This record gives sequence, C-alpha cells and structure tokens, in this order.
Amino acid sequence: MKAGKFWAWIVFILGAAYFFIPLIATIEFSLRMRRGVYSFDAYKVVLGDSQFQTTFMYSVIVAVFTILLGVLIVVPTAYWIRLRLPQLRPVVEFITLLPLVIPAIVIVFGYIRMYGSNSPLPFLSNNTATNALLVIGYAALALPYMYRAVDTGLRTIDVRTLTEAAQILGAGWGTIVTRVILPNVLIAVLSGAFLTFAIVIGEFTMASLLNRPAFGPYLQNLVANRAYEPAALSIIAFVITWGCMSLIQVLSRFAPKSANRPN
Amino acid sequence: MAEPFLSIQHVRKSFGATTVVEDFNLDVEPGEFVSFLGPSGCGKTTVLRMVAGFEEPSAGKIVVAGKDITRLKPNQRNVGMVFQAYALFPNLTVAQNIGFGLRVAGMPRADIDARVAEMLDMIKLPQMADHYPYQLSGGQQQRIALARAIAPKPKLLLLDEPLSALDAKVRVSLREEIRSIQKKLGITTIFVTHDQEEALSISDRIAVMYGGKAEQVGTPFEIYNRPATKFVANFVGTLNVLEGKVTDAASGTVQVNTQEVSLKGKLNGSKSGDMLSLALRPEAISLGRQPGRDSSLSGEISEVHFLGSVIRVRVGIGGNTVSLDTFNSPATPPPAVGEKAEISFSSSDMLVLH
Repeated sequence: MKAGKFWAWIVFILGAAYFFIPLIATIEFSLRMRRGVYSFDAYKVVLGDSQFQTTFMYSVIVAVFTILLGVLIVVPTAYWIRLRLPQLRPVVEFITLLPLVIPAIVIVFGYIRMYGSNSPLPFLSNNTATNALLVIGYAALALPYMYRAVDTGLRTIDVRTLTEAAQILGAGWGTIVTRVILPNVLIAVLSGAFLTFAIVIGEFTMASLLNRPAFGPYLQNLVANRAYEPAALSIIAFVITWGCMSLIQVLSRFAPKSANRPN
Repeated sequence: MAEPFLSIQHVRKSFGATTVVEDFNLDVEPGEFVSFLGPSGCGKTTVLRMVAGFEEPSAGKIVVAGKDITRLKPNQRNVGMVFQAYALFPNLTVAQNIGFGLRVAGMPRADIDARVAEMLDMIKLPQMADHYPYQLSGGQQQRIALARAIAPKPKLLLLDEPLSALDAKVRVSLREEIRSIQKKLGITTIFVTHDQEEALSISDRIAVMYGGKAEQVGTPFEIYNRPATKFVANFVGTLNVLEGKVTDAASGTVQVNTQEVSLKGKLNGSKSGDMLSLALRPEAISLGRQPGRDSSLSGEISEVHFLGSVIRVRVGIGGNTVSLDTFNSPATPPPAVGEKAEISFSSSDMLVLH
C-alpha cells in the first residue's frame, strides 16, 4: 500500500512537471524582454498593439455568432433525436464526429470551390458573406464538442416526460424548447459554447485561407517575427482558456437540479 | 341516459404488427372517477395516452363533451395529466410549475398568482411556493404535479399511475387526497393503476383490462363480487379456484374431487359432464360447520401461518387447495397441519367462472 502511494506520488509529480515546467518557462521567458530585469514589457507591447485588439475582437465576434449558430442547430437536433428518432442517434453522432477526421484545410478548400464568385451561393464575393461562411465553417468544426455537450445534458433529464408535461399544459414546440428544455441543459450548452469559443479564438487554417483578419493568423504572424511577444500571447491565451473553464465551474453551481434524480 | 362526458368508441392501437389496444369502448359520466386496472402490458396506459393525445388511435374515436378530439394535438385538448415520474420542471419553482399552464395560456400575472395561491392552499403546501422540485419529497412533488394539472381548469384529469413511485403510507394518504379534491372540483377523472386496492378504494367505476380489451367495466362492488370473467376474478382480490365437474345439470350438482356441491341456478347452460372452475373468496369460507352456510367440503389442513390478528389456513381438498383466514382467539389454539378439517360456505357465494 505504502509503495503504491509512493509511486502514485511519483507519477503525479512527473505529470505535474510535464504540465507546469513549460508553462513556468514560458512565463519566465515572456518577462525577460527588458535586458537584465523582469518586466511586463512584452505584455504591454502585445496588449497595446492595435492589430491584437482588432483581430482579437474580430475572433470574439465570430465566436459569438458561431456559438449562436451552433446552439440553434444542435439543441433542436439533439432534442429531436432523443425524443422522436433515437434510432438515428448513431448516424448523427457519426456525422458530428466528421470534423475531427476531415482536416480543416480540406473543408475550407471545399468551401472555396463550392462558394466561389461563380457559384449560385457566392459566399466569397464580399466580406460579409465570407464572414458568414467562416462562422458556418467554425460551427461545423465545433460540432463534435457542442453536440456531445448538449447530448450529455439531455441525458440527465427525462426529455420525453417533461415534453409531454409541457404539451398537456398547452405549450407548443417553441415554448417547450425555450422554457423547458434549454434552461435544463443550459450548463451543458455553456460547456459547448466555451469549447467553441476556445476553438474559434485559436483557429488558423480557415481564417487564413479565407483571408479573414482573425486572431489565429495574427498569432502565427507574431510567432514567426517576434521573440518575447509570442510567449506573452501564449500566457494571455492560457489565462483566457482557464478563465472560460472556471466560468463553467462557477455556472454549473447554478444548474437546475433534476427532480427525478435529486441525488 | 345522459350524454357521456368522455366517450371512447371502438378505439384500436397497433404498433407495427402488434396490437396493444383492441376495440376499446367506454363512456364516462361527468364528474365520474374511473380507474383502468390491469397488469403491465394490458394497454391501460396506451388508452390513457390516446385520450391525452400522445398516441394517435389506429382506429376509433374519442369524444369529450360532444367534441371529437381524436386528431387534436395534446396542447389543444384542455386535459390535465399527472405522470408517474412527477415530471415537474426542475428549473422552475413550485409556484412557477403550478402557473406554467396559465402562463402558456396568456393569463394576466395577478390572476396567475391568485390561482397558484389557491392551488397551493388546496394541496396544503402554501409554504412551498418558492421551493424547487429537488427540495421536495416524492409525495409533495406529486401533490404539486396534481395542482399543476388542475390549475388551468381542464375538462378532464388523467392520472397515469401517480402513486406507484411513492412509499405505502404516502400512497394511501395521497390517494384519499386525490379523491377528495376530485370530488370537491367535480372533475371527470381517469386513473390508471395496476394496484387493485387503489382502484377499489377510490373509483366510482373500474375498467379491468387484459390483452388490450376491457374485460369488465363496473363499480368496485360489482367487479369484486360479480367478476364477469376468470381473469377479473383472479386479478381482483384473492381467490380460491376449485376445479369441478357437473354431475347433474338439472339439479345444479357439481362434483369437487369426490364431494358434491349444489349450485342451483348458477350453471348458466352447462351440461352434465362439463368441467367448471368454481371460485370462492377467502372471506366467504369458514373453518368448520357454521350456521347459515349451506355447503361444505372436507379436506386436510396443509399449511398454517400465524400472522398475529389473523391465522391463514390452507386446506387441501383432493387436488385443490383452499386458503382462508380466521381471526386469532387467545383461548383457542390454531389448527395443526395434517388435521382433518371441514370448510363451509354459502353456495350463493360460489362464483362459476367461464
């Protein structure tokens, strides 16, 4: 038993070192921009760069629209599959997993061929349409995470009985989805939303090939040309990601508890 | 005869090749409390779900207050329903749950609040308005579910095994509460259960179902004392079934094992030589000869179970076994296994099952 505990601690320490040493090294390096002393100069440069602000804001806005599109597609789909078409679940799960096995570069080349200026749906003919295409592409990329999160949320409630209870009280489909189903899977939707946010913020391939002023290409450009700023940027991105994760944890405390499974 | 409030006419329901409800007919009077009683898979819940609109009948018609509702969606039927699994909305408080139907109907806020308060008083839980479902016990949740179903003043109340998930004590008190609320409001109610005691204790009428059909529809007294079929007799209450052979149809004599019993006027066209199933409720049998009981059979005591106030005795009569209960008397020791015994009963209490 004691030997087991000893090895468990060794494995834990090795794992923690594998995770923390590069992180500490990156933080340390990001603080060494000024010769001989530690300073936040690299952070000041990054945060003060107008391109950082515009590309980051652009990606945030794209992420918000991607989340909205994802919720609009995934919540009704996952709900309907659970309620009426459970036999189609494996098929839908397979489809939602496709973005994990088809590289983003393949998807984006497909888009360019399909939606060029000569296509009946010329998404690439102007900036607004291309932005819309980017949102659609990101929604597809985030599908595996969003679908899984929502489906797991739906599994914790008795979808069929709650739907029937709402129906018999006079509710239509819109009311059922917005007032009964969505509030009860809100935490799951938020988890999916934060994962989507994380994917969109760092995505490079689609944004670059569709020539969008997103955060991913900016990041890549910075890494290629600067020394300390990329390290500072990595830490900023890390803080944002962990902030998102913490937010999920905080919000999950307010999740409605299931009456059917109180413990 | 007055127009029935709910009329289920020749309703059939099939799922693929399987027919779960076959030619089901029932008329329910306004304000009546009717129970669907039957074992699992008999189709009772399917009929209820067709009345609610969750299943569409393969054939037949459902009429409520003179209006054909067969093809209406559940949210257009103005029917209230209580589910076995409570089905309270976990994200809403008790008050919001009760007011859900009223809010959907677009009732003004003040009226909703007043109706919710009225409902909470009715179920004696006014202090629970701001609680969430997970903070309540099973019995409290089901009372809230009942209040939620009744709040929009539905034409019809459907109860789908609402007491099955509760413990025995709560079940008894809640069923009495449901019945008293139903009587007070005069709301026509269909109650689905597989528990015969529940059905017998609170119903105006019971429809005993088996194999997708109503085997018998009648008052609890009729169902218990005059079961129309062998299934009803066996399913409702405890029953001793004796196999007998008609030896003289004209005089109504039936032979059980080697002993004869007279069943004048009960043989309903049976011929001499026919085999019959005869049934006796345990409470209709006495141990030993008793005044006023015109028939008797002899046998041997095969089992004795002392249950405190009651002693359950099993008597073997040839290949048949009869179970009966006698009250415990401190002055008289219980009978012993292996003793010869005589059981007596009134031939009028004997049921002939077809």
